Amino acid sequence: MATDGKPGWNWLLWAGFALSVIAFLSYFAFFVEFPLTRNFPWANLLLFAIAAALLAVGIRRTFRPPKSYRGKIFGPILAGLSALIFGFFVFAIFVAARHLPASAAAPRVGVKAPDFTLSDSDNRPVSLANLLTEPISGAAPKGVMLVFYRGYW
Amino acid sequence: MAAISVDPPDASRNLRAKRGYTYTFLSDPDTAVIKRYDLLHPKAGPDEHDVARPAEFLLDPSGTVRWVNLTENYWIRATPGQLLQATSALR
Repeated sequence: MATDGKPGWNWLLWAGFALSVIAFLSYFAFFVEFPLTRNFPWANLLLFAIAAALLAVGIRRTFRPPKSYRGKIFGPILAGLSALIFGFFVFAIFVAARHLPASAAAPRVGVKAPDFTLSDSDNRPVSLANLLTEPISGAAPKGVMLVFYRGYW
Repeated sequence: MAAISVDPPDASRNLRAKRGYTYTFLSDPDTAVIKRYDLLHPKAGPDEHDVARPAEFLLDPSGTVRWVNLTENYWIRATPGQLLQATSALR
């Protein structure tokens, strides 16, 4: 604490900035793994909110007597960088991710799915007809779920 | 259940081993099937590679589509619960 006239170390500003970075990265590194935290990034928005609160308190106390804290210059800079990170996160999750092809000609309910033959992970050819007819644990399949995904995992 | 992407069989084998997935993974590196299903997302992968947009189709034993999910935001995918609910229509 700044009792000897020297400005005190304003850890709130650094903690707020660090938490903003964590709030951004943790979505892609961790929270994206779970449907509950991926489909709406509430965990990350909560972290951003805590980061904003830390920065707000940190900046407030640089300008408030009686105690003096550092950060009159770098406080607003860290807050600005945090706001940029937040803005980029919102853009990446809610705006950029909506730029998807229309897929107007994708198979619709009631039509036959086009047949295909592709290699499985052991390089064996597998056709849609195989998937629809080959017994699973002794019984004929009741259906097939086709999941197309982006890849590069 | 079968998962389809542009990943080569090697990558899918590693992914299955790493995550313990037991269902079928199919490789469509030249995007022929992805295009046939109109799911191509051009240049959306790393290094501007073409990838599939996320999509799920439930087919009945005759190969007829019974349920489709085309997400509007690629972070939002069908949850395991939604897939299971869709399959309950086939029972």
